Amino acid sequence: MEILMCIVAGLLFAAAVYLMLSKSLLRIIIGTGLLSHGTHLMLLTMGGLKTGAAPVLGEHAAAYTDPIPQALILTAIVISFGVTAVFLVIAYRAYQELGTDNMEQLRGMETDD
Amino acid sequence: MSLLHWAILAPFIMAVFVPFLRKKAATIHTGWFVLILPVVLFGIFLQYLPVTMNNSSIIQTASWIPSLGINFTAYVDGLSLLFVLLITGIGALVVLYSIYYLSKTKESLHHFYVYLLMFMGAMLGVVLSDNVVTLYMFWEFTSISSFLLIAYWYNRDRSRYGAMKSMLITVFGGLMMLGGFLVLSIMGDTFSIRELAAQAPELNNHPLFLLAMILVLLGAFTKSAQFPFYIWLPDAMEAPTPVSAYLHSATMVKAGIYLVARFSPIFAFSGYWFWIVGAVGLFTMLWASFNAVKQTDLKGILAFSTVSQLGLIMSLLGVGAASLHFESLDDNIFTTAVIAAVFHLINHATFKGSLFMVVGIIDHETGTRDIRRLGGLMSLMPVTFTLSIIGAFSMAGLPPFNGFLSKEMFFLSMIQLMELNLFNVETWAVLFPVMAWIGSVFTFIYSMIIVFKVFTGKFQPEKLEKKPHEAPVGLLVSPSILAVLVAVFGLFPNLLSYSLIQPAAAAIVPSIIPPGEHLDVHISFWHGFSPELWMTIGVITVGILLYKFMPKWTGIYDYFPGKVTLNQFYNSGLYAAERGSNAITNAYMTGFIRSYLVYIFAFFIAALGFAIWAKDAFRYDASAAAPIGLYEVSLIFVLLAATITILLAKSRLTSIIALGAVGYTVSLFFVIFRAPDLALTQLVIETVSTALFLLCFYHLPKLSRHEEKRRFQAGNAIIAAGVGIIVTLIGISAHSSKLFASINEYYIENTYKKAGGENMVNVILVDFRGFDTLFEIAVLSVAALGIYGLIKLRLEKGGETNENE
Repeated sequence: MEILMCIVAGLLFAAAVYLMLSKSLLRIIIGTGLLSHGTHLMLLTMGGLKTGAAPVLGEHAAAYTDPIPQALILTAIVISFGVTAVFLVIAYRAYQELGTDNMEQLRGMETDD
Repeated sequence: MSLLHWAILAPFIMAVFVPFLRKKAATIHTGWFVLILPVVLFGIFLQYLPVTMNNSSIIQTASWIPSLGINFTAYVDGLSLLFVLLITGIGALVVLYSIYYLSKTKESLHHFYVYLLMFMGAMLGVVLSDNVVTLYMFWEFTSISSFLLIAYWYNRDRSRYGAMKSMLITVFGGLMMLGGFLVLSIMGDTFSIRELAAQAPELNNHPLFLLAMILVLLGAFTKSAQFPFYIWLPDAMEAPTPVSAYLHSATMVKAGIYLVARFSPIFAFSGYWFWIVGAVGLFTMLWASFNAVKQTDLKGILAFSTVSQLGLIMSLLGVGAASLHFESLDDNIFTTAVIAAVFHLINHATFKGSLFMVVGIIDHETGTRDIRRLGGLMSLMPVTFTLSIIGAFSMAGLPPFNGFLSKEMFFLSMIQLMELNLFNVETWAVLFPVMAWIGSVFTFIYSMIIVFKVFTGKFQPEKLEKKPHEAPVGLLVSPSILAVLVAVFGLFPNLLSYSLIQPAAAAIVPSIIPPGEHLDVHISFWHGFSPELWMTIGVITVGILLYKFMPKWTGIYDYFPGKVTLNQFYNSGLYAAERGSNAITNAYMTGFIRSYLVYIFAFFIAALGFAIWAKDAFRYDASAAAPIGLYEVSLIFVLLAATITILLAKSRLTSIIALGAVGYTVSLFFVIFRAPDLALTQLVIETVSTALFLLCFYHLPKLSRHEEKRRFQAGNAIIAAGVGIIVTLIGISAHSSKLFASINEYYIENTYKKAGGENMVNVILVDFRGFDTLFEIAVLSVAALGIYGLIKLRLEKGGETNENE
């Protein structure tokens, strides 16, 4: 299962990178979203899958799954939400001000100071 | 920290207070306060003289970075004391001179004295450091303060050009030298020069020996303006004359000489050292004296003359290395060269210092340094004329001044080379005295030019900006003191023999001096009609003839593009480097975010891929893996289908919904993998962010693909696939090689005991790692503030930001 999940995470990464390399701003943002999904799955996999009960003492199980990756991922989910929100607003404002979402036209070259 | 350390640091400390002095006591010239310091230091260091006269030394260590073996070790022996006395002695005279040279009202004196004090401290640090790292640090400090002093009149183009040039060349050399020091410290496993010198015989056979020597010599040659690095020195003459007298003739440029002398005990046994130092020095001496004659700027002549004299001292140090190959001290004729080097070092500081000051006076009183506009000043400036005669005649090597004595010893050392049967010298030996002699002829000629083109001939008041008159007494004091020294050292050279020269020379060639013995220093005026005397007579005769008939032969300079070529090489090199780096930067800094991401991902793939391959890090071990269930497999298919939908989607709505589908599938995974908290959070967050996407849906343009070309897509696909593969490989390897047990046992055991909670994930977040969560909240609030600001922010027409709409 872990091996399979590693491959899935790799595929999510590949799709995310492909989207982030495109020219459209929205696709880049979607790419970052996919990237965090891939990362979360990968983190969870690293702790070992289905090694025990859910990490709640009330379960009274002999073994529990690793709680540390879960704590990490919980933080990461919230943070990636914040990042996505900021990205979206930047995209929205950039489009409003500059009239394009094409990254090729959004180069900051000679004109900026 | 001992007195020695404080003495080195004193100028730096003083420099801090100079700006306040300038402000508080504006009516008094700041120089008077500064003058106290070098005088006091000179006095302090004079007390070390009895110690060094016995060829003994003093070491004081202050810890700096002991864990790396880098300590601030101050070391006083004959060689460093000689330099210290030069630095503080000439320093005091130069400060005194500058008080009258630089106007209290017109110049920004506090800058000048801050830089000058910085330089003085750095120079003391260079000559007193036993640790190569501190030596390097102070060495670069001299380069920086020299840069600041050359660019003192920074509104002049030439000043900035000269400052830049000197800095680039000397800092280049400094870096090479640092490399040499590091190689040496690897070879000898110490940063201490004394300890390195103690293991010189072993170092000699080390494979890195030659590399270390060449790197260290590059540092010395750039600093001491040896061929072909001398080109910075003539341009450094843009500095105020007190600076030229101090840095660019008496002290800083001699740091290279010091370095060669200091490292002689380590390197000098090698034949390469003899050849490189001797030949480069001698050629520099000849080349620069030849070029000095064609200069028309008085300071230009002095600059080339300084280069030439430094070459002379350098060549003597190279030739003196031959003395190490003789066992007995009594018939060791090559110690003469070492003694001559030290003696000429002192002499050069005295006569060149006074000449620079004299030229400064001429510049100050007439408004020009161009010899074509000067002439006939003898009757107007009699004292200056006398001083210039003393300085120039000493430089030309005429009796009874000190230059005559050291020049004779120089000739003697070169003639003696013909008797040497080492390093295949025989075939070339005759070239040494010949080159030395020709160089001296030109030295004679330019010395005469300095005196007679300025002070005799036709007086041309119409070409001068000011009405010339004798300089005020204050300006004449310093050069007079130096001129008196020139004469005194000339008449009574044995004042120096065992007080300064012997200890310094002994520190250069310590290995041939048995304990308790001294080098035999005997300097005398008359030693019969020896070959060197005939050489001097020849120099004078030919020199006078050539000076008389100068217009007839100066045409040969047109055949030598010489300096021009080297300078052009420097200029075009600098220009090409600037344009090249601009072109490279512009080529990869495209301003297109895709390019930057491509660099990052490509580097990610290359670095990690290489590491996996080179370290053979890939592991595959599925034995510990959980079984694969049908339910999970079907979820994976849903996940992949949603992902592919995003990739192929033509409309925004489809891709946003597909992203939501991926998110919900991930939360289902969390459920299966026993992570209920994650599943809940993911569900909430995914809902909110899908809503957010849809909110922006109205405002963003149609999901255009912007007609991406096939090649563009293919490139993206390759990089994306690469990243995916690397991530998968790392994941599988990490899973397959568990190096140690997880720390999760700690949390499982203590969740209830220490935190009184049952849900481990929650307890970790709010208790064990409470700060992480606090910062997470901080991140979210920063994001919220940013979003608020972004939405409220409106750009005005002029591009100015206005947050109040």
